[in-house]
Amino acid sequence: MHVPDGFLDAPTSLATAGVAVAGIAVALRGARRELDDRVAPLAGIIATFVFAGQMINFPVAGGTSGHLMGGALTAVLVGPYTGLLCMTVVLAVQALMFADGGITALGTNVVLMGVVAVVVGYAVFRGALLVLPRRISMVAPAAALGAVVSVAASAATFVLLYSVGGVVPIPFDTLLTAMLGVHVVIGVGEAVITFVVVAGIVTVRPDLVHGARRLVATRELETRLVSA
Amino acid sequence: MGAPHGHRLHFHGHSPLHRAPAHLKVAGLVGFMLVVVATPLAWAPSFAAYAVVLGVLVAVSGVPVAYLARRMVVETPVLVFAAVLPFVASGPEVEVAGVSLSEPGLLAAAGLLTKATLGVLASLLLAATTDPRDLLAGLERLRVPSQLVQIMGFMVRYLEIVTDELRRMRTARESRGFTARDPRHWPVLGRSVGALFIRSFERGERVHLAMIARGYDGSARR
Repeated sequence: MHVPDGFLDAPTSLATAGVAVAGIAVALRGARRELDDRVAPLAGIIATFVFAGQMINFPVAGGTSGHLMGGALTAVLVGPYTGLLCMTVVLAVQALMFADGGITALGTNVVLMGVVAVVVGYAVFRGALLVLPRRISMVAPAAALGAVVSVAASAATFVLLYSVGGVVPIPFDTLLTAMLGVHVVIGVGEAVITFVVVAGIVTVRPDLVHGARRLVATRELETRLVSA
Repeated sequence: MGAPHGHRLHFHGHSPLHRAPAHLKVAGLVGFMLVVVATPLAWAPSFAAYAVVLGVLVAVSGVPVAYLARRMVVETPVLVFAAVLPFVASGPEVEVAGVSLSEPGLLAAAGLLTKATLGVLASLLLAATTDPRDLLAGLERLRVPSQLVQIMGFMVRYLEIVTDELRRMRTARESRGFTARDPRHWPVLGRSVGALFIRSFERGERVHLAMIARGYDGSARR
């Protein structure tokens, strides 16, 4: 769920906006390294993909369903810098054109679902790849691990922000337990979806998965003499 | 393209609000909402004043109330959260219809509802009266980094292409007799998301090459 207007007080909203701006500035510089002059056209369509991916409902049980948040997934697929830009643009378009998520809470939403989800998700993903055997089939489980941790980290960050700038007196530990409890379940769902999506792409087009680049076997171009 | 080909998020009109420069509208929205969010809950009359201001703007814009009401469904999760608040917040309790509820929780729920509703309505009014292209130009005038605005521009252009692709994929799945009912069907949906990514990425690459062929050098031109 997106944080709406009036959920956190104005100073906290402005402070998170500052953090978001700093994160975006770093990402703008980094994305040029990941995509060079392809940044705008490719990041644009990846952002649209994230937006559309969030529209697919994954049925849980009894008519309820969940959807992907996509922070860790995007970071694994296109790299952390481009991933953060895509998440930012998705959140900005949702706030400005769909009124989903408050305009004053845009900074908060970018920090929670962009900066924290992407950075934590990608860090855990890379860490897991270091530990797991160096095989292309390990990319999907590592991405899934990144997804579950990123969702929990977002929820914990939200609780932290809320304890600073929340407008309702909810005891800190009650909120933390409730939010983490709910979000571990959501995170497991996110992990399963991320696993299936990444596994599917890695089998078909491993070259497109940014996080798998170092594992894709590259073959030198060679010229052989053919004796007749 | 004979039919009206405005964006479907935009309500075509010629009111003063439609004609106002986009960057002023965005700055106005952000300023207005910052004031709303910063207003203490105890100042109830000021919220009534904000509502009246918005009401007048809606009337001036000529956007039908039913159109805005339909699009306000995005607020549903906030309503659910506000309904939970009186049960989980701490502080002195009050009896309402035999159930003891937290008084600060009730107050906060009312405040959240008021502020979030004002926010959703104000944002919808901006979206309804501003063409996405003007909105992007407005953001650029507000010194949003041009790279970010360019990405948003591509997203706005791709939005319907990719959601149409998604719809075609669903039609294809359903015409083969597939309906997703429980988590056992997730692998199928997940592979659809994967296929959507590959198709999107390849489309992005084709568009990039086409742009280079037409002299694109990394900066946007209008």
